[in-house]
Amino acid sequence: MSLALLQETATVSYGALAAIGAGLAAIGGGIGVGKIGASAMEAMARQPEMQGKLQGSAIVLIAFIEAIALFAVVVSFLAMDK
Amino acid sequence: MRISTFRPLLTFIFLSVFTVGIASSKDSESEGPFNTTELIFHHIKDSHEFHIAGDITMPLPVILWTESGLVTFMSGEFHHDAEGGTVVERNGMKFVNVHEKIYQLNDGAEEVEFDAESHPINAERPVDLSITKNVFSMFLSMLLIVLIFVAAARSYKKSDVNVPRGIGKILEPIIVFVRDEIAIPNIGEHKYRKYMPFLLTLFFFIWINNIFGLIPFFPFSSNLSGNIAFTGSLAVITFIITLFSSKSYYWKHMLWMPGVPVYMKIFLAPIEFLGMFIKPMALMIRLFANITAGHVIVLSLISLIFVLNTLWVSPASVIFVVFISVIEVLVVAIQAYIFTLLSALYFGQALEGEH
Repeated sequence: MSLALLQETATVSYGALAAIGAGLAAIGGGIGVGKIGASAMEAMARQPEMQGKLQGSAIVLIAFIEAIALFAVVVSFLAMDK
Repeated sequence: MRISTFRPLLTFIFLSVFTVGIASSKDSESEGPFNTTELIFHHIKDSHEFHIAGDITMPLPVILWTESGLVTFMSGEFHHDAEGGTVVERNGMKFVNVHEKIYQLNDGAEEVEFDAESHPINAERPVDLSITKNVFSMFLSMLLIVLIFVAAARSYKKSDVNVPRGIGKILEPIIVFVRDEIAIPNIGEHKYRKYMPFLLTLFFFIWINNIFGLIPFFPFSSNLSGNIAFTGSLAVITFIITLFSSKSYYWKHMLWMPGVPVYMKIFLAPIEFLGMFIKPMALMIRLFANITAGHVIVLSLISLIFVLNTLWVSPASVIFVVFISVIEVLVVAIQAYIFTLLSALYFGQALEGEH
């Protein structure tokens, strides 16, 4: 397909592209949070006496992962303005 | 009243106020289809007037530094017009409000004209020092912090055995938490004292402003800690303190780390140098994005009712909003904690000496 034809037929919706970007970031964040949750649960099952400490650090780590997903959301916001 | 009945009641009151507020703002300007993006961006953006309920708004002072001196007037003179239609004249200078940005019309221009991307073409932006919604909210939180902490300090002074009473009793465990869990493990037993005032200020300022953002009615509800200028300023202060407390060890390990082959040093030095700036940038964006995302999620869920245009969605939507709000209460505390923790960590890295 020639470039001219492509430009004619395709009207790019930046909002939709930004939404796809945010969705991809959510997948990444989901994998990260899932891994942390799984490991934290396993560690708690092995050493129930460490539960308090493990819970605290798991929450902090989840906040870090979440922040990475949110960085992508910010980029999507910026892209939507264009 | 028992707490178990009191809490859902409180939640219900909060939510009904919030929902009704948005519903009424929809009624007053309902032409064309409901625009979710516009509603959400209107809420998370700063504003020159404070919307209270329905048609009631509180005007805030507009303070401008123009080429011919200081100009002040109340934002009520724009008559809620943020499209640039209403011109306010002061000392022969004409001002318009275009999407909450104040523009000064060029000489001879009678009204603002836009180009194809709706940027004004015949107007310039003066230096804007206005008390906006966010600034108002910040003053409010400063006032609250001063009141709380002066009361707490006074209760220590009054007591003979250094046991606080009243509000001091609530604050003591939090302050001890910041000292024992954030400052001492990251900065070190000997040097942490100097950084405690800053870390405590950071923690309480961010936390209280985050909580203000969650309360959905008048003197609160502004999205201050979801404003990138606010988080950026805090991150810059952290960065400056890090630089001023840095020792030669910090710079040596960043620019020419010992024990690494020379060809690796050439690669690592620029990465480490950029890392110095990326750390406060990440601090800035983390807080901004987390708080903004919280506001956007709550507003999107409420907007579902208007997007689908049926009342039957509202129970589901309200339940989701309650759920997200409960998570948000947790998130705002964690974000204040993380910002403080990372600041302490950076100070600790800068202070590190030879082992």
